[in-house]
Amino acid sequence: MNLDFSQIVPYIPFILEGIWVTLKFVIISIILGFILGTILALCKISRIKGLNWFGDLYTSIFRGTPLILQLMLIYFAIPQLTGYDISPFLSSILAFGLNSSAYVSEIIRAGIQAVDKGQTEAAQALGVPYRLMMKDLILPQALKNILPALMNEFITLTKESAIVSTIGYLDLMRRAQVVGADTYRNFEPLIFVGFIYWILVMVLTLAGKRFERRLKYSD
Amino acid sequence: MIKVENLYKQFGNHEVLKNISTNIDSGEVVSIIGPSGSGKSTFLRCLNLLETPTKGKVWINNQELTDSKTNIMKAREQIGMVFQHFYLFPHLSVLDNLTYAPMKVKGESRELAEKKARELLARVGLTDKEKAFPNNLSGGQKQRVAIARALAMEPKLMLFDEPTSALDPEMVKEVLNVMKDLAQSGMTMAIVTHEMGFAREVSDRIIFLDDGVLLEEGSPEEFFNNPRTSRAKDFLEKVL
Repeated sequence: MNLDFSQIVPYIPFILEGIWVTLKFVIISIILGFILGTILALCKISRIKGLNWFGDLYTSIFRGTPLILQLMLIYFAIPQLTGYDISPFLSSILAFGLNSSAYVSEIIRAGIQAVDKGQTEAAQALGVPYRLMMKDLILPQALKNILPALMNEFITLTKESAIVSTIGYLDLMRRAQVVGADTYRNFEPLIFVGFIYWILVMVLTLAGKRFERRLKYSD
Repeated sequence: MIKVENLYKQFGNHEVLKNISTNIDSGEVVSIIGPSGSGKSTFLRCLNLLETPTKGKVWINNQELTDSKTNIMKAREQIGMVFQHFYLFPHLSVLDNLTYAPMKVKGESRELAEKKARELLARVGLTDKEKAFPNNLSGGQKQRVAIARALAMEPKLMLFDEPTSALDPEMVKEVLNVMKDLAQSGMTMAIVTHEMGFAREVSDRIIFLDDGVLLEEGSPEEFFNNPRTSRAKDFLEKVL
């Protein structure tokens, strides 16, 4: 065994900077995925056939092809097609946000459909318009039921974010590789960022549990 | 106040309501009774268009609800509805259940909506429950909150869809008492119920439905003492 963590000590600030680099696009991707996913879910349960069709097609494409392929298509194909030199940051947000929304939309759709139909009828009987009913009455109830599934999706996204290293985005993963190449030692930097990913996911898990408990008040 | 003309409702090939016509006057309390599956609830739900009639017309206050140009959401503000299974909003407190629609739909201020909500809670005997959540209430309490929630919109007409059928026997009375008070206050009410004693005592008129057909219509005395059709006689023998 030839382990020497002291070798990577000079690189620790460099690696730690990667936390924010990773988090920055993960957070934006999660928000984008959640908003788009909600809209897609509403498309899927809409009475308008065209919207159902669009929601299903979208999901089948983004769930049916590899995420890394989507990422590379966005990063390499957009400049080729349009001449616009898209940054790794923007490519990553787009790929992860669009991909995640496909999964989130399925989770939210199931959550909305699990809310008692009587809730919709009660809202209609009071004259509450569709938009308000969804926003104030149905979605909050759906959200409570689907929180564990949503947290799962956010955790997956956080971990899978490591594949942006393949387009040269200097995230945690990429930084581990850079340090590995610099020091000819791969084990230590990889273990180190592995530990950081684990911490990030733990924080997310605990935050999710707390949030879940807070929503339990009405039971 | 309500006029129903040649109402038909079909679910697929199954005809649930067949050519129903009737009126309900302002201030009148009408009970709709009949065997299960006779179309009572469907009929009630056609009155605020929770079910869209297949054919026929429904007017509320001279406004035709079945006209496609009618803003049905606006019209429903005047029609309160109470369901068998309450359908309170479980994530809102009792007070918020009462104030939500007046504030969001009618644009009332929070102060006014809460003031009225507290008056209504006092009226249904639940003043101490305004901060409680629906899941912490008993069935009877939930149904009283549901009645107060419907009244908070200041409707001109109240529809009750088997309001006591899901309740434990000892809670039926507290709900019926609230409804009696409401009837005495002059509210126009249409009630689908299996509580024959209550229907007899409170109603101005009984409507008897069987297999989607309006078979009999008349005063409670008339209907309960001298039912005209054999179908109604059979039914009353079984339930009384």
